[in-house]
Amino acid sequence: MNGLKQMLDLRNVSKTFYPGTVNEKKALNCINLHLEQGDFVTIIGSNGAGKSTLFNAIAGSFFIDNGAILLDNKNITADPDYKRAYDIGRLMQDPMKGTAPSMTIEENLALAYTRKSKKGFFALNKSDASHFREILAALDLGLENRMKTKVGHLSGGQRQAITLLMCTISSPKLLLLDEHTAALDPAAAQKILKITTDIVNENKITTMMITHDIKAALSLGNRTIMMDEGEIILDIKGDKREKLTVEELLTYYSKERKKQLTNDRMLLI
Amino acid sequence: MTLVIGSIQLGFLYAILALGIYITFRILNLPDLTVDGSFSFGMACAAVITLSGHPFLALLIAIIAGALAGCMTGLLQTKLSIHPILSGILVMTGLYTINLGIMGGKSNLSLVGSSTLFMKMESVFGSVNGKTSLAFLVCIIVIIILAVFFKTKAGLAIRATGDNEDMVRSSSINANLSKCIGLSLGNACVALSGALICQYQMFSDVSAGSGMVVIGLASVIIGETIIGKRSVTIGLISSAAGSIIYRIIIALALKVDLFPSYALKLISAVIVMIALSGPSIKASIEQYKVRREARNHLD
Ligand SMILES: Nc1ncnc2c1ncn2[C@@H]1O[C@H](COP(=O)(O)OP(=O)(O)O)[C@@H](O)[C@H]1O
Ligand SMILES: [Mg+2]
Repeated sequence: MNGLKQMLDLRNVSKTFYPGTVNEKKALNCINLHLEQGDFVTIIGSNGAGKSTLFNAIAGSFFIDNGAILLDNKNITADPDYKRAYDIGRLMQDPMKGTAPSMTIEENLALAYTRKSKKGFFALNKSDASHFREILAALDLGLENRMKTKVGHLSGGQRQAITLLMCTISSPKLLLLDEHTAALDPAAAQKILKITTDIVNENKITTMMITHDIKAALSLGNRTIMMDEGEIILDIKGDKREKLTVEELLTYYSKERKKQLTNDRMLLI
Repeated sequence: MTLVIGSIQLGFLYAILALGIYITFRILNLPDLTVDGSFSFGMACAAVITLSGHPFLALLIAIIAGALAGCMTGLLQTKLSIHPILSGILVMTGLYTINLGIMGGKSNLSLVGSSTLFMKMESVFGSVNGKTSLAFLVCIIVIIILAVFFKTKAGLAIRATGDNEDMVRSSSINANLSKCIGLSLGNACVALSGALICQYQMFSDVSAGSGMVVIGLASVIIGETIIGKRSVTIGLISSAAGSIIYRIIIALALKVDLFPSYALKLISAVIVMIALSGPSIKASIEQYKVRREARNHLD
């Protein structure tokens, strides 16, 4: 072994929606994936490939049909979502989903922090507040002076930045980012992406990031996987990934797609 | 004057009901119909225990009874995934039988001849002041306890559950537990209110709880309209104030024979209806204005 700790281990994970009906959909088809501690994996694939479903399976939005999920060598396959959330941070595309709009910035952060903060009676206290101010200041959005502002009054980018802090405030073992910049304007998206990489690099959090931006997928992180029809059809890292260009990746993708189509046709004949 | 004092006393006692409604409807954002049942539940428990000579214990037992009723509704909603409205109706309906059982099969129970907390206070502070101060005291204590509770970690989790449940779950907090705690807390308040009303009016009636959801909601809305809802603490205070204002309005209207006393529930329903329809009426007016304005340009 190379001495690195295995962080996430997916073994033969499968999930079928509406089994036994005309709408039957094999959303995850025997997925095997192993992430080492500190891995930063970018995930690409067309719409409906099963990327979000993969995250849902890991985070526990539903239970999988087959297989096992191990996080830091602990079997979490049957744990409910809120228990897994102790070690898994998750960011969605919709900036409205990750924060409580009628609570203040400070209260939102305090809620996310209850996971790992010391046992105290009141939710808000001075030492936590100064910690919050510090991490807000690092965002460089001026939010550290607006801790008593209701989150519902913030812009989408600001809310997404707060959610990112909430997901990482308790040093999760795994961070799941599902197209978390897709709903933002280009400038805000750049900013959030920069904050993301800063936080991930600084805390060395094992991260999986779904993105539609193929260029970003190749330039960020240390590993890229491509999904299609509920399967991982490409998994590259290291030298091979360094040399790969966006065009080659796209060609590869359409080639794989065609191969699958011919297979289907062969079955039909 | 006695009229106003009487309404203030009732206002404080029903304020505790309004606080319960504020917790479930506003903070937890759950339409909880357990209330009608848990109000009578608190009343029935209090009546029987007061009759046995323990007026203070009566209130404590009523609080526990209400909490259990709320917890039951919470379990139906979360563990059995029954629709929130139906969960409340099921518990409320079941409680009707339980309440009759507690009162020995009778639909009314008179406390005449037994000693209540109000009598104890009257013997110290005099008839009027005794009743008012007890009602005021209990109401203030409940508000303070709730205001402090909603600043704790558990309280924050309950507030967040009403605001964005997904976010609570992804912060590794058991949202189902938060709902159960919130529903227990709300219905404990409601039952306490029922118990106090029972000792105040010296009798318990199995159907006293009917319509309490709407009456409590009307108080909450009146308070929000007049005082506002900037924070939870202000929301609690405004709900209590709304209850007192509601009682005074009703008493004055009854005094000048504006409507018969049995019209109370219809009035409450209309108040809630008007308050809740405010935004859509405003939108209709806006739309009308836009249409007229556009027509001016077309001519
Ligand atoms: N909860 C669900 N119920 C039924 N079908 C689902 C559900 N979630 C995803 N699917 C289906 O699974 C497939 C993969 O979806 P998804 O993982 O969201 O794709 P993407 O790669 O674009 O994120 C789609 O065909 C989708 O319709
Ligand atoms: Mg998706």
